[in-house]
Amino acid sequence: MPLLSVQDLRVEFATADEPVVAVDDVSFSVGEGEFVGVVGESGCGKSTMLFALARLLSPPAEITGGSVEFRGQNLVTMTEKQLNVLRWRDFSVVMQSAMNALNPVASIGAQFADAIAAHAKYTKAQTAERSVEVLKLVGIDPVHLKSYPHQLSGGMRQRAMIAMALLFTPDLVIMDEPTSALDVVAQRALMVQIRQLQAQLGFAVIFVTHDMSLVSHFSDQLLVMYAGQVVEAGPTRTVFDDPQHPYSRGLLDAFPSIRGPRVPLVGIPGSPPDLARPPAGCRFQPRCPVAEAECDTSRPALFPVGPAHSRCLLNAPKPSAEEVHHG
Amino acid sequence: MRSVLRNRKALSGLVLFLIFVVLAAVPRLFTSITDPNKLAFAPAQPPSGDHLLGTTALGQDIWAQLVYGTRQSLVIALVAGFFATVLSVLVGVSAAYLGGLADEILSMITNIFLIIPTFPLIIILATYAGKGTLTVVLIVLVITGWSYGANQLRAQALSLRNRDFLESARVRGERRSYIILAEMLPTMTSLIVANFLGAALYSVLTAAGLQFLGLGDPNSISWGTMLYWSQNQQALQSGMPLWSIAPGLCVALLGISFALLNYAFDEISNPALRPVRRRRAAA
Amino acid sequence: MRYVLRRLGFFVLTLWAALTVNFFIPRFMPGSPLQALQIRTKNRLSPEALEQMLTSFGFKPRENLGGQYLDYLGNMFTGHWGVSIGTNLGEPITTIVAHALPWTLGLVGTATVLAFIAGTAIGVVAGWRRGGALDSVLPSVFVVTSALPYFWVGLLLILVFSVWTGGLLPSDFNYDSNLQPAFSGEFIGSVLHHAILPGLTIVVTAVGGWVLTMRNNMITTLAEDYIRMGRAKGLSNRKIMYQYAARNAFLPNLSGFAMSLGFVISGAILVEYVFNYPGLGYLLYNAVQNTDYPLMQVLFMLFTVAVLVSVLLCDFATAWLDPRARAKG
Repeated sequence: MPLLSVQDLRVEFATADEPVVAVDDVSFSVGEGEFVGVVGESGCGKSTMLFALARLLSPPAEITGGSVEFRGQNLVTMTEKQLNVLRWRDFSVVMQSAMNALNPVASIGAQFADAIAAHAKYTKAQTAERSVEVLKLVGIDPVHLKSYPHQLSGGMRQRAMIAMALLFTPDLVIMDEPTSALDVVAQRALMVQIRQLQAQLGFAVIFVTHDMSLVSHFSDQLLVMYAGQVVEAGPTRTVFDDPQHPYSRGLLDAFPSIRGPRVPLVGIPGSPPDLARPPAGCRFQPRCPVAEAECDTSRPALFPVGPAHSRCLLNAPKPSAEEVHHG
Repeated sequence: MRSVLRNRKALSGLVLFLIFVVLAAVPRLFTSITDPNKLAFAPAQPPSGDHLLGTTALGQDIWAQLVYGTRQSLVIALVAGFFATVLSVLVGVSAAYLGGLADEILSMITNIFLIIPTFPLIIILATYAGKGTLTVVLIVLVITGWSYGANQLRAQALSLRNRDFLESARVRGERRSYIILAEMLPTMTSLIVANFLGAALYSVLTAAGLQFLGLGDPNSISWGTMLYWSQNQQALQSGMPLWSIAPGLCVALLGISFALLNYAFDEISNPALRPVRRRRAAA
Repeated sequence: MRYVLRRLGFFVLTLWAALTVNFFIPRFMPGSPLQALQIRTKNRLSPEALEQMLTSFGFKPRENLGGQYLDYLGNMFTGHWGVSIGTNLGEPITTIVAHALPWTLGLVGTATVLAFIAGTAIGVVAGWRRGGALDSVLPSVFVVTSALPYFWVGLLLILVFSVWTGGLLPSDFNYDSNLQPAFSGEFIGSVLHHAILPGLTIVVTAVGGWVLTMRNNMITTLAEDYIRMGRAKGLSNRKIMYQYAARNAFLPNLSGFAMSLGFVISGAILVEYVFNYPGLGYLLYNAVQNTDYPLMQVLFMLFTVAVLVSVLLCDFATAWLDPRARAKG
């Protein structure tokens, strides 16, 4: 059984008029120790989906459909009390530190102790010991337990958050754009460190970012989201080397290869659709360079393409000839 | 403008304010008496058909005084509020835009004016200037009322200063004055309006307080002087409570109208503050 | 440390500015109050007494302005405040002030602090619990109460609780006039009895502002990422509300409290006047009525000092509560 299995997850924002669907029937699964990258541009719903997974949404957003099964238990139907048993011990969260995900008036040590006290009865000595341990894991001098968040650099804050997330060595760590506030060098260092810790401790990671090229060097599985839907999903190598969906292709074409031949940079013209009034057919159709007539009216499902999936009508299974070809 | 009308608080505030404007503009519509200060009637009458709110201890119609008194209170609120706001904008925005030493000096001045307790200062100023005429009261209100807004405006102007749309104006080579007037100020409109409302509220309450203590012109027609005379004549204790309560109520209501509008503005510019109403899904 | 020094520096600078303003006003206003003073008391006081009385002006006609100014500053700081020329002609101002000060501190000080604490507490809860009937009604109620004039609330309370109840709650003075001040239960009881209405006036009028600012601060703070992080960690609602949200939302409130003290003092003066409560505010009113310039000037200085000291205390409290302030200096 996969560690985490998301089925048809749907998140809606209540507005003065009709509710806006921010996450539209998203499904995927995460295996033990797997690194899943979720990429997409701003507003595609990836962060909303992430918070929905961890049951951290607040009004006006709410989950209106689907299930999130963590080791077989559906998180969507659990009460806060039941969720609390799982929180931090079984899955934890790392956020974008530039937005101040750490309480500015409490020391790092105090915030670690908070998390520990909420889920276990450690003595003061045990709390201190464990805090020092996790800080060492991420390479921060334990003296910083007494420091306040504003006294640490951006990179250190981020690593401190990761350390905090590992206090109970959970099975799953959910990360929301942890590298977005860092410079390129720090970004890569952080990714390497996360991978190392994964190898050491065996937890799975769901990593949300807009930086496709960065995450694809480290992830096992890659999900591409657009306008609230998953438009492509599959093993990273497959998606990266041979993207099926025009949007993924567009994303990858926007990143030049440092070693490859010089090619003119191609962007994706236009902007994402207004989710309050999504297009009738395929959501990417207005910007798609290879759109056809039927893309305007029929909504593509997530079609299997080899080991991956793609939400494009061009990938819809065609009768016999294709089947023989891919058999 | 539509959002102003939709907001319940703004609507009530606006309605209250307009009622007072009408009272001030056409007092004849509401009372047949033309000189409310004339001692024309039997003193200390309770409310009746002839005198809606009764008469004062000196024989004046309370309702008429209220109606005619609206004018002065409105004038004070709007004029003092306006000038205080102008001063706030001048000092606050200049401090933010000029930066450096000019900023330090202007900020220091602002803070000093902010800290000095205004009411004692007003009392002393008004005393020294002789029993205050309206002009003195206005001047004193403006001098003591501008500093709070200046700080707020400076803070907002500072945060705007480095924003892109201003950078592009600078790069285009626009003059400083243009940038301030045509680019920055329009963005700060909601804060400026909020400041005006706050200054108006402050002026109404403080002017009333001053007149209540007897530092205004005791012969003028205003709510504050009504309060002075009613207190002078021990209205509460001698069975003429309306003489004291009614003008005070008017001061309160005018102040409330400004406060409501001010808070509604807050809500409009920061949607997070609005009351959360859950929509029931259509069946 | 730098932060503390900076705030102290500001304190000294503002105090100096206020005293200077206080010094120059009589010299620049029309109608030369100095001459009026001289004329008024010429027949009753000797030149020496006159001089002593004008000490709080720093008025020494034989010295130049600069010398007068320095003398004035010195006198203010050393407590040589001269004597009153009001109803108690010749009484040292220090005595008069000493009598009134404890009453103002007691009534106004306590009521203001109470209003602040209550307002903050209500604001925290109001900001935390969104939705429901309370959330739409509460702000409007407090917007209204915060705009009420202090004196009108006082008058209303007197009417309802004193006049209409035939004197159940006293509306005058600080204790029954037939009692002598002593540490007896009767006296203290009388003091408290007399403090109810004026205290209530201050609390009712002042609390609204605090509720609203605290509520708004809470709402803004609750949108921050570290709140969501707290929920992610599975912390109890109580812990998040106090340690994460309230502690952060409170900080701007504290500086707001300091800044608004000037306004609170204005209200206090009016309240003391309405209730004939013999505190410093009442003293100021009487001084104005009697054109008792020396007393007026001393009181003004005292009010300024009171606000400045409170601002300083609030600054220190902020430094204690906010580690970032300590760092910024």
